Amino acid sequence: MSSFAATHASYEEAAFRPVVQRPGLVWWGLFTVLSAAIVVGAVAYAYQLREGLNVTGLNQRVSWGFYISNLVFFIGISYGGAITSAILRLTNAPWRAPLTRMAEGMAVASLVVGAVFPIIDLGRPDHMYQLFVHGQVGSPVLWDVVAISTYLVASLVFIYLPLIPDIALCRDRLASSAGPVRRLLYRGLSLGWKGTGEQRRVLNMGMTVLAILIIPLAVSVHSVLAWLFGVTVRPGWDSTIFAPYFVMGAMYSGVGSVILVMAAFRWAYHLDAYITPKHFRYLGYMLLVLGMGYLYFMVAEYLTEGYKLHQQTGDLLELVMLGKLASLFWLFVIGGLLLPIAVVAIPATRTVPFITLAALAAVLGMWLKRFLIVVPSLAESLSPTTKLTIYHPTWVEISITIAAAAAIPWLLMVFFRLFPIISVFEMDEVAEAEERKAEELGAAPVQAMGVAQ
Amino acid sequence: MDERGIEPAARTPTPRPVSRRRLLGGVGVAASAAAMSVIPLASITLDEQKPSAATAATTAKRQWAFVIDLRRCDGCKKCTEACQKEHFLPKDHEWIRVVEIKGPQGSYFFPRICQQCENPPCLKVCPTAATFKNPEGVILVDQDRCIGCRMCMAACPYEARYFNYKDPIKPKGAFDNPMPEFPVPQQKGTVGKCVLCVHNADKGKLPFCVDACVMDALYIADLNSDVMTNASGETYQLSKYLHDNDAFRYKEELNTSPRVWYVAGHAQDLDY
Repeated sequence: MSSFAATHASYEEAAFRPVVQRPGLVWWGLFTVLSAAIVVGAVAYAYQLREGLNVTGLNQRVSWGFYISNLVFFIGISYGGAITSAILRLTNAPWRAPLTRMAEGMAVASLVVGAVFPIIDLGRPDHMYQLFVHGQVGSPVLWDVVAISTYLVASLVFIYLPLIPDIALCRDRLASSAGPVRRLLYRGLSLGWKGTGEQRRVLNMGMTVLAILIIPLAVSVHSVLAWLFGVTVRPGWDSTIFAPYFVMGAMYSGVGSVILVMAAFRWAYHLDAYITPKHFRYLGYMLLVLGMGYLYFMVAEYLTEGYKLHQQTGDLLELVMLGKLASLFWLFVIGGLLLPIAVVAIPATRTVPFITLAALAAVLGMWLKRFLIVVPSLAESLSPTTKLTIYHPTWVEISITIAAAAAIPWLLMVFFRLFPIISVFEMDEVAEAEERKAEELGAAPVQAMGVAQ
Repeated sequence: MDERGIEPAARTPTPRPVSRRRLLGGVGVAASAAAMSVIPLASITLDEQKPSAATAATTAKRQWAFVIDLRRCDGCKKCTEACQKEHFLPKDHEWIRVVEIKGPQGSYFFPRICQQCENPPCLKVCPTAATFKNPEGVILVDQDRCIGCRMCMAACPYEARYFNYKDPIKPKGAFDNPMPEFPVPQQKGTVGKCVLCVHNADKGKLPFCVDACVMDALYIADLNSDVMTNASGETYQLSKYLHDNDAFRYKEELNTSPRVWYVAGHAQDLDY
């Protein structure tokens, strides 16, 4: 057996572990807990549908709260997953192959979750059809509807294309073990893939086109989200920097989420041979750079505003940095921004557990930051005619938020029970390229990437 | 247009004797005619049935405006009470909100209503054109069309919009046909705001807040006939009054071009 065939067999086995292995106690335990959280959230939403937004802590001044924060946050992390995968594919980084599938899975799962929040936030979801009947091109809300739905379609195609050969693999490998429904699913979704040269050429072309398309799409989605706030005259929101500021925050939390998903599945399915410390280090570097970028934007924003200190902006900065919300703000700055940067910067802590911890801090921190962008600008009075208004989220908002956070791992767990967790197709591509390169150099065939370490 | 935003044509030099009847008397809503010469991109609607900024007729019989004399307001809040009673609004919906503001030379009372902007930020951000401008320049909400996204509340610099979180108060009478001009009862899950009570004009009546103002501090006005009048029937030529009394508009610097003018009294530093 050639070395390529041997390594292929081993990573194919690893990629199919979640599909083939019978779920253990841990899987079922986690699945039950996550399902319970989702059910509680669904019940809370049903209650909100019946009673109206009165069951939330929103009021006449703070009319956007947890839901809009969640919208920005979840679509943000989705963006990070898509862009990681797209950039690594376009730059042809060979180490990407074992993690693109997880990054794209995370991107789609969090996008689906995030896209639900504008609907959850509506006072009259039953009037939503009006968006299609009387949609106004001048409204940022309509920009969002268009951008998010386009991005959702693009992300689904983006994850689907490299999945086609792998589904064909499922179709062939699991022909005897899978049930009739799954066999039908695999047969239908694999679109008659046989791995011919022509099919591979077309697929690769499609993947490159989408990898290029998905980047401006993701940037535009997050920019448009930022303009929900940027088009108003509210202190804190009235800023030209908002679109890139939001995009940077999205990438930062997105790369953090990719690291978390990677760490979780690596641990659960013993993928240490393929998801190596190198992957954590490299993504850690990305996290560091993006964290620094976000820090830069944040300082640029607050320094220029704080230097001039207009009346209302001054009140807002005081509320956020020194007042009631100061503990949350500094928790984000120190725990969610400086700490992850430091963990990756210091060689001694540049290890898998520490980088995972840093990623967790970055992701949770960014949720906090989204909340601190959305709520204080509404809470702070805009004129002498209103006073600072406090917002206390209710159990309904908290349950729905927890359900959303639970839905992402839930979707991923189910998805990877059906489809390979590592893109076998891309592993092949990279391994073949490496082998070709090695033969050209006349050296002994190197091991497929990801195995070495 | 001068610094107060009054059309030169509206500033006729000779005062005309105008009665309350003439100002408010019963002519129905004028049919839409010439579109405004400048159509902002944001106001283009996909549906032309409903009057919006794009179709608002400059030749409508009335172009409503409002004048608030801060020298007279004593903060009794009778206007708020009347408005809430007549529109069946809950206590936290203050379409006209009177607040005491501490100025450098003592405190004063400041009634804040919807400023009926000619360049309304709330209208621009509405995704379904539920918020629209009627031919007489009044910003209204079609609550059948409102999806409750609350983008307008975020956009309004005057914080003049209110969301119906709770079930609205249902009047006992025969009001079961709410319309944008008289949205009673309010619809749960949608946004409501001051409607300037123009439906009252056709019956020769003043807006409820103006009628309830015992201090005669509130005036309803018409830019076309250049007239303003209050609960006691004090009637002035609008442009001359505004000029003579150094009237100002709230947050003029935002370029929302409000149709509400304030006359400063004591204690104001004019810096809103």
